[in-house]
Amino acid sequence: MQFLNKVFFSLFLVLSGTSAFADYTWNFPTPATPMALDTLEVHNKFMVIVCIIFIVVLGIMIYSLINHRKSKGQKPSKATGPSTKSQIIWTILPFAILLYIDFILMGIPAYHSVVFMEDTKTNADMVVKVTGLQWRWQYEYMDGEAKGIKFVSNLSTPQDQIDNKASKGKDYLLEVDNRVVLPVGKKVRLLMTSTDVIHNWWVPAFGSARDAIPGYLRETWVKIEKPGVYRGQCKELCGKGHGFMPVVVEAVSEAEFKTWAQDQKVKLAAANAGADKQWSKDDLVAKGKEVYIKNCAVCHQAGGQGLPPTFPALTGSKIANGPIFGADGKYLKDSHLDRLLNGKNVMPAWKSILNDTDIAAVITYERNGLGNSVGDVLQPSQVKAARQ
Amino acid sequence: MSTKVAVHHDEHHDHPKGMKHWFTTTNHKDIGTMYLIFSLIMFFVGGLMILAVRAELFQPGLQLMKPEFYNQLIGNHALIMIFAALMPAATGFANWMIPLQIGAPDMALPRINNWGFWLLPVAATLLILPFILALFGVGDGGAATGWTLYAPLSVQGGMGVDFAIFAIHILGVSSVLGSINVIVTIFNMRAPGMTLMKMPLFAWGWLITAFLLVATIPVLAGAVTMLLTDRHFGTHFFDAAGGGDPILFQHLFWFFGHPEVYILLLPVWGFMPQILQTFSRKPIFGYKAQVFSLIAIGILSLVVWAHHFLTAGMPVPALLYFMYSTMSISLPLAVLFFCWIANIWKGALTFETPMLFAIGWIILFGIGGLTGLVLADVAADAQYHHSYFVVAHFHYTLFVGGIMGIMAGVYYWLPKMTGHMYNEKLGKLHFWLTAISFNLTFLPQFFVGLAGMPRRIPDYALQFAEFNAISSVGAFILGLSQILFVYNVIACARGGKKATDKVWEGAEGLEWTLSSPPPYHSFSKQPTIK
Repeated sequence: MQFLNKVFFSLFLVLSGTSAFADYTWNFPTPATPMALDTLEVHNKFMVIVCIIFIVVLGIMIYSLINHRKSKGQKPSKATGPSTKSQIIWTILPFAILLYIDFILMGIPAYHSVVFMEDTKTNADMVVKVTGLQWRWQYEYMDGEAKGIKFVSNLSTPQDQIDNKASKGKDYLLEVDNRVVLPVGKKVRLLMTSTDVIHNWWVPAFGSARDAIPGYLRETWVKIEKPGVYRGQCKELCGKGHGFMPVVVEAVSEAEFKTWAQDQKVKLAAANAGADKQWSKDDLVAKGKEVYIKNCAVCHQAGGQGLPPTFPALTGSKIANGPIFGADGKYLKDSHLDRLLNGKNVMPAWKSILNDTDIAAVITYERNGLGNSVGDVLQPSQVKAARQ
Repeated sequence: MSTKVAVHHDEHHDHPKGMKHWFTTTNHKDIGTMYLIFSLIMFFVGGLMILAVRAELFQPGLQLMKPEFYNQLIGNHALIMIFAALMPAATGFANWMIPLQIGAPDMALPRINNWGFWLLPVAATLLILPFILALFGVGDGGAATGWTLYAPLSVQGGMGVDFAIFAIHILGVSSVLGSINVIVTIFNMRAPGMTLMKMPLFAWGWLITAFLLVATIPVLAGAVTMLLTDRHFGTHFFDAAGGGDPILFQHLFWFFGHPEVYILLLPVWGFMPQILQTFSRKPIFGYKAQVFSLIAIGILSLVVWAHHFLTAGMPVPALLYFMYSTMSISLPLAVLFFCWIANIWKGALTFETPMLFAIGWIILFGIGGLTGLVLADVAADAQYHHSYFVVAHFHYTLFVGGIMGIMAGVYYWLPKMTGHMYNEKLGKLHFWLTAISFNLTFLPQFFVGLAGMPRRIPDYALQFAEFNAISSVGAFILGLSQILFVYNVIACARGGKKATDKVWEGAEGLEWTLSSPPPYHSFSKQPTIK
């Protein structure tokens, strides 16, 4: 019954044509950048043009369908083409109008929009690198006061909501653990790339969408005009998690951005300092579980059983239970640490995504949890050394 | 004298009976019938797949399936609908009608014709097999990459991708064989006096389709072969780490993929004026203009492919080129629309089922065409691209332009093919249900796309829920309505009111000069065109 109620409610909404539902829209979201504003204007203009064409042509057709019926005694004309001078003019006219619409009325604003959109470099204030990974986004600030800040942004909607075991929150599927923070009023050049397959970074309110292509850099830009939280999604099919890698941008004033950058740097330093201290096994396992749930469980599953054949089980796996270091103290090829740092096939290389502590913790967790009991501990300092 | 010889000839044919007849037949009408039946079956297979998808999308949250399986369904829905439903339907009509329309006894290459058909069930089996194997624990199901098979996702994918690659190879061979047959038949077997510029538009549409297929299928075959070697033999065509380029695959794929759209549509554009002519009792308007427009669209379709991936990043001049060239397709297409509407104007119209489909087709296909014009704009395309706006757009072009067009053709020619009239009331009901539920399904998708819903996602944010619920309801009505169509076709094949030779009062053309159904060898005596 809930089923039917929903249908009737939806139909009611459409028929009444109200915007009773707050999030409900018929057009692009309110533009937040000059590019989105430009896109919206171009779109609205073109929509009006095509609607007029459609209505005029439909009108002519309907007139004919009503009046030129055999049942009304219409005698069919035998015309096979325009013959008189006026008929030829009436034939050429729509063609000329279309030519004008295509290449002048629509073509000229479209030209300016393209040039505007593709100009990522003029007066750019800062650069942020966006990396798509299956299935999360990584952000790295390349210059300015936030230079060096680098973090991963994961979907934070609980699995229970997706599986309909819990009621869905307001920002269902459009919420992340770490938002990318950008200052308002600054032209931010976004460099896009990917480590695995093609993704596409899209925030509808920004009007910009660009593919993130493994091994190549593509770029776009945003200049957010109003502080706020803007949400979007990946829009290039990238595997099973394609629907679950949202983009959330928090636009703040320049002063707030500076404070945020300072905070992040302090946190980053603390996290990196963790690499030099000696951790207890319990602390590592506890931290490792956190890291695992966030990054690994989507493929290897929360219980470590994996999704064979593409995503192997970790429970009882040869790699997770085998030795890490060889006799010379260096990590072995195809060892647990090698696989995490460098990846293989579908497994991403985590060395540029996770820090030393995270890698040490998650490896320790995988070897001492998920049904494995190797018993050893990998210290962050060992990961740090292994990176060199 | 010659008639006598033909009868004599027929009697001494040793036709095998039962299945063996269908396996070995070289008769253009038998093969055409097999193509059409195959197409109808696959239309339902692809339809069931997408109904499962629409059921999943009825509400937010994952209810019925895992995202992996969802991805397999959407990609295989497209592959089956395009390669196994629409293309075979058009080929079925080509087989049936081209010899009848040009006054030939059969297709030029009958054995190739037979082989071209029998490759199809093999390819369809290859597409569906991974789903069945997965039920028995072998592999992980069909290709989960979307029908576009973009690298590197497809390089990473399971064995379903390999099955899809081989299926595409076999389908490609079948299409090229069919196309060669059409080209050879049209160039060599026209009745005396039928110059190219007197040839029915359907034959023209198919001739251009055939050339497009011969030009582009090898490129697709090359692209998927490169994909195969990337997957299994260590090449790096699409792997940047080895010096390759993932976007190369998109260029190769869409060099085929864009003409493919017109491959699906040109045959329909060909016979649609004949339907309009028949039911407005008025000669075809602007025959020459239509022929040249069809040719122009065929040529333009080969040079606009990159508008399918404008967000992949391209230099500004390339973006501008693909934008303006895409817009220019609207010019010849507008000429066609003009001619179709002028054909109705001041005719003596009646509204039998084929005519209803034809009129609905012009209006709804117009929406597809106009949204296509808007999509060409690079800046706005950043928003439309890979959103539900595009999904709605290409269903207005391919479901209406392709499938509803084919249905118009089926109702138009069914009495000629079977010798019986179909049930007109049921046909009209089928039209109205199809047209209304189609709009109920796809109109909301324009809005949900503008609001920011990406395509190919198994679950969505709450603000998209209402439109998706409407769309799912529409899809189920649309799916169920097609049962009427099957019933009507089967009932018509089995019996019903006898059809006259001319069937329709206003019908023009050689196919209507033969009996309904036509004799086994069609024109045993070549007709002469004045």
